[in-house]
Amino acid sequence: MDWGSLHAVIGGVNKHSTSIGKVWITVIFIFRVMILVVAAHEVWGDEQEDFVCNTLQPGCKNVCYDHFFPVSHIRLWALQLIFVSTPALLVAMHVAYYRQETARKFRRGEKRNEFKDIEDIKKQKVRIEGSLWWTYSSSIFFRIVFEAAFMYVFYFLYGGYHLPWVLKCGIDPCPNLVDCFISRPTEKTVFTIFMISASVICMLLNVAELCYLLLKVCFRRSKRAQSQSNHPNHTLKENKQNEMNELISDSGQNAIAGFPS
Amino acid sequence: MSWMFLRDLLSGVNKYSTGIGRIWLAVVFVFRLLVYMVAAEHVWKDEQKEFECNSRQPGCENVCFDNFFPISQTRLWALQLIMVSTPSLLVVLHVAYREGREKRHRKKLYVSPSTMDGGLWYTYLISLIVKTGFEIGFLVLFYKLYDGFSVPYLMKCDLKPCPNTVDCFISKPTEKTIFVLFLVITSCLCIVLNSTELSFLVFKCFIKC
Repeated sequence: MDWGSLHAVIGGVNKHSTSIGKVWITVIFIFRVMILVVAAHEVWGDEQEDFVCNTLQPGCKNVCYDHFFPVSHIRLWALQLIFVSTPALLVAMHVAYYRQETARKFRRGEKRNEFKDIEDIKKQKVRIEGSLWWTYSSSIFFRIVFEAAFMYVFYFLYGGYHLPWVLKCGIDPCPNLVDCFISRPTEKTVFTIFMISASVICMLLNVAELCYLLLKVCFRRSKRAQSQSNHPNHTLKENKQNEMNELISDSGQNAIAGFPS
Repeated sequence: MSWMFLRDLLSGVNKYSTGIGRIWLAVVFVFRLLVYMVAAEHVWKDEQKEFECNSRQPGCENVCFDNFFPISQTRLWALQLIMVSTPSLLVVLHVAYREGREKRHRKKLYVSPSTMDGGLWYTYLISLIVKTGFEIGFLVLFYKLYDGFSVPYLMKCDLKPCPNTVDCFISKPTEKTIFVLFLVITSCLCIVLNSTELSFLVFKCFIKC
């Protein structure tokens, strides 16, 4: 299992997403996963090896590194990407369940006029309405929550998004306040800001998608209410005509009661 | 042979699973296998190189590291993933056996080879019980081997050839603790899913009878 497999699974959800959802999937995989895999891993590869403290005291470097970097940036990003992608799996599971139910009804002979065969059911794009709308909207909501949570954790853990070139450390067993030097602080700051910006863009896309879905539902409801309010006289006329037809047919039957049916 | 092989093998299991079984598979793939491969493996990459003892005595670090980590947490995690995933293959084998039987006798012996009735129901149940057993077994092993689920930053070691009780410092203890806790939580989640599936299957059977 690697990023490619996750891409295959999330790509499957792509078919049933809105246009904004498709843009989101592209941004996630190109500007975040790919950057993480091809660039960030190289930059953070030697992070502990090249973390140097101005002391020969054994253990001081380990302890200071652990204090300043409780979780490495790239691991936090990897977890963020995994958590942010998983709500899409809910949608994938819902679509799979819907297809299974449709296939079961098709086998029982219920939906023969809608689909030609079972392959047709699998190829059909499922519309985002009804319960799928709720699943899809919840997945977007959770995505936003996870993005915001991870961005906050990042800010809280590292005291901002900027990496200093020197840190002061006085934790036992360091003999006194020693200077510790991070490797490649500027390059790491550049990538951190890049990843945070991509995160913000993804969050904005999710918010836009959620608003779009809500507007679509409100628009659909108002259209339905409008069409019902345009045709009440028509319905009344139809009912009156039906009553008259029943009266005519009853009186007709009474008139020809003498003849055998 | 790599983790892709296990993934491909398990993808076949998806077809014959119940709904909860599919959720279990998704949890194993995404929260355990994927997290292990893209994050956890790298945390433990330089564990022995960065393990430092406050002594210049040659061999002291090696001996202390071996004493504190008889088997690396990351290798134990990998073993757990393999052992926990393989009972599902029993189901795949049983379905393949049924299909083979139908082919040999050249007639329909079952409603469908993958319908969960008769022997296949028992196989599925046994695979669930074995999976849960492995999960609990590995969690207990983890707890006993490392004295809990947290990784300390400092350990005292006085084994030969270390001259006295020396301080030994582990690299990235906080990050390792976070990932071990992640492992424990996902393991417990999988145990809950397996137990739910087990009760659901047994309950369904009682209702049918």
